[in-house]
Amino acid sequence: MSDGEREVSPAPAPADDGRAPTALPVVEAAGIVKRFGPTVALNGARITIKPGETHALVGRNGAGKSTLVSVLTGLHAPDEGTVTFGGAPAPRLSDRDAWRQRVACVYQKSTIIPTLTVAENLFLNRHHHGSNRLISWSGVRGRAQELLSTWSVDVDPQTPAGELDVEQRQFVEIARALSFGARFIILDEPTAQLDAAAISRLFDRIRDLQRQGVTFLFISHHLQEVYEICDMVTVFRDARHIVTAPVADLPRAELVAAMTGEAAAGLRQERSTTLDRSAAPALSVQALGSDGTYTGVSFQVGAGEIVGLAGAAASGRTEVAETVVGLRAAATGDLEIAGRRPRPGSVPAALAAGAGFVPQDRHHQGFVPDMSIADNATLSVPKRIGKNGFLSRGRRDRLADGMIEKLAIKTPGPDLPVSSLSGGNQQKVVMARALADDPRLLVLINPTAGVDVRSKEFLLGKVEETAESGTGVLIASDELDDLRMCDRILVMFQGRVTTEIARGWHDHDLVAAMEGVDLNA
Amino acid sequence: MPDTVLADTAAQAVEPKQKRTALLGGRIPLARLRDLALVPAIVVIAIVGQIVNPVFLQADNLINVLQTMSEMALLVLAQTMILIVKKMDLSLESTMGLAPGVAAWLVVPTGAGHGLGLLPGAWSIPVTLAVGALVGVINSLLIIRFGLNGFIVTLGMLIVLRGILTGISGGQTFFQLPESMLYTGTAEWFGMPASIWICLALFAIAIVVLGWTSFGRSLYAIGGNVDAAKAAGIRTDRVLWIVIVTGSVLAALAGLMLSGRLASVASAQGNGYIFTVFAAAVIGGISLNGGKGTMFGAFCGILLLFMIQNVLTLAGVPAQWIGALNGLIILVALAISRITGGKVQE
Repeated sequence: MSDGEREVSPAPAPADDGRAPTALPVVEAAGIVKRFGPTVALNGARITIKPGETHALVGRNGAGKSTLVSVLTGLHAPDEGTVTFGGAPAPRLSDRDAWRQRVACVYQKSTIIPTLTVAENLFLNRHHHGSNRLISWSGVRGRAQELLSTWSVDVDPQTPAGELDVEQRQFVEIARALSFGARFIILDEPTAQLDAAAISRLFDRIRDLQRQGVTFLFISHHLQEVYEICDMVTVFRDARHIVTAPVADLPRAELVAAMTGEAAAGLRQERSTTLDRSAAPALSVQALGSDGTYTGVSFQVGAGEIVGLAGAAASGRTEVAETVVGLRAAATGDLEIAGRRPRPGSVPAALAAGAGFVPQDRHHQGFVPDMSIADNATLSVPKRIGKNGFLSRGRRDRLADGMIEKLAIKTPGPDLPVSSLSGGNQQKVVMARALADDPRLLVLINPTAGVDVRSKEFLLGKVEETAESGTGVLIASDELDDLRMCDRILVMFQGRVTTEIARGWHDHDLVAAMEGVDLNA
Repeated sequence: MPDTVLADTAAQAVEPKQKRTALLGGRIPLARLRDLALVPAIVVIAIVGQIVNPVFLQADNLINVLQTMSEMALLVLAQTMILIVKKMDLSLESTMGLAPGVAAWLVVPTGAGHGLGLLPGAWSIPVTLAVGALVGVINSLLIIRFGLNGFIVTLGMLIVLRGILTGISGGQTFFQLPESMLYTGTAEWFGMPASIWICLALFAIAIVVLGWTSFGRSLYAIGGNVDAAKAAGIRTDRVLWIVIVTGSVLAALAGLMLSGRLASVASAQGNGYIFTVFAAAVIGGISLNGGKGTMFGAFCGILLLFMIQNVLTLAGVPAQWIGALNGLIILVALAISRITGGKVQE
């Protein structure tokens, strides 16, 4: 079990000592212990954030980041330890206004009310009252306009908040936080749902606000973002503080080592190809086309071969992959899975032909959150766990136990609902289901989105293993790490396959191809 | 902005210039005009009614329509508030029967039906409203305090309350109601029945409260995203308590008005009303998923339903067919509001 927890002794943290504090820290948490029933979510954790810095908080899923956020924002009281803001002790938990003046958090989950307008969301429960004690809507709108333009957020205050996209919503939430007087803002994985352009706009905004004296705590799974935007980084592991250091002094390998508790393996080893040319191809696609999304897509995936399908967000890569597994039907062209031609647009037909599938968004298409691991993992293979439509629970649990072991899913048993697992383990359940029927073709779309570093390594290792057993693999992703092990990569740009890149590419070659830039021109 | 018509006109008065640019901008006013979606339908029905039978637009007939709808309109008002906070109260229709039923039981002299004659007649109105409040408190306790499913709790309450009324009345109807109970259903203020005034006044108050007070807006916040409402410092449980208890008291008041108008409390009073109430609310643009819709829209919804019924009656549709047509009207009105509202109803 490569994903098992290890006994950890907190590594010494020399880098954050011996620096004379220039000003009182914006927030300082020390010796925080927080238990939820038998689980210890934080065990003597600490963090110190100085004014004006952008501080990264990184750690694997379950390291205690979210718990620290809820302690810092006053949603939970720590069982032990102290939190101070600018040297003064934190307000009482019930005094929401006092908390809001000190700290604000933009959560992954929206705290905007979609049915109300942006203006009303900004001034919820503190509306502008006119002389007759009724709400003055022109006053609310005026103040909203003023607030949005102060922080240069380009949103019409009268838009219903439900119509905002993720990026606009985050800007509105940041503006709201600032309007309470908070100058310390926690961003909880703000980039998870954004595309590259939106991320760079967000970073511009963060830098801009930083210049105006706003302090940020930035939580992200993407280490390159930490290096891009942050000054300091704090690493948590297994509910403890591991290290705090200036980002510039902590090379990537050391950072990963601090997160995982072991020396980083460095670059993953080159795998030798497992392509079996003698066997029939796992997937063969001929001149596939669909109105407006992609045209003339032709390629083959051999047995045991790993093929990457790269491209930017709207390049059509996801759509092609979804067509292969029957989530969409193509308008033109042929599609063969392991020599069979499934009925277009039918998922059962694609599965019957031998496809296994990890969909794009696990929350949306991947699993039923309140059903158990066992039920989820065997959802697509009812035939294997019973006959005549009746399911055998024993057989289901045996099958699920096998999968839990094979994929090293961290769980006390197969009966746990999937919703109570961490992101990485949830994705493993989805992967388990894709592998449940020993597919001839495995299709993965963004298989490591929102998954921590170690689970990511593990999942990708599993993919390689699957390929070794003679299964063809198609990975549709724009995440370079997902694509490193591919035998070759097809790059899509604006609905067409424009480039084929063999193994041994450089990052900038692939990125340039995905962005449609020719480096040699 | 509250999605009310009144808000629109108010905004227009204050900042006519900005309003115009917003109109040119497009989608915002459209979204707010959704509230007016039923107004054209009401106008069309009025014209059709006038063509079918010239009696339709006469003052007497209109007052008749308003009076017959006034009790159910109060239930719609109550249900609208409750739906906006993303709850449901099915028991309103039983509360509407039980509250005046208990009052009549305690007040009506012995000998006539099942009356006990324990209290003087003047107690009937306080008792009615107190029973309504008590039902609301029990509902709130079960739903908010103990976290039970609101739909099933109020379904259970619907059956229990109806059963209690049947029990105390022996399945009979209470007659010989005291003067005070008859008042709201029979009195006339300024040439119009009191029940119409009460209904219109309560709707006017509700429109203002929901559109222009922090309390009213907190209803929308809770229905739209309860966690966000909590984070904004709204005491969500307290608001929910107030909404549910107020809803039940309004149902009791509606029951009092109906009993007064009919000068009796039947053991089946209010039976089956809840379906029409839900239909009117949804037709009026109230989302069953909470956080959406306005009082004005809900009022238009119930008004439209009663106008169509009135037109059918005037057109001489046999009484035996009214039931089937009522159901059909609900479906057609729903389809109309889908077309004019332009959005998928959830």
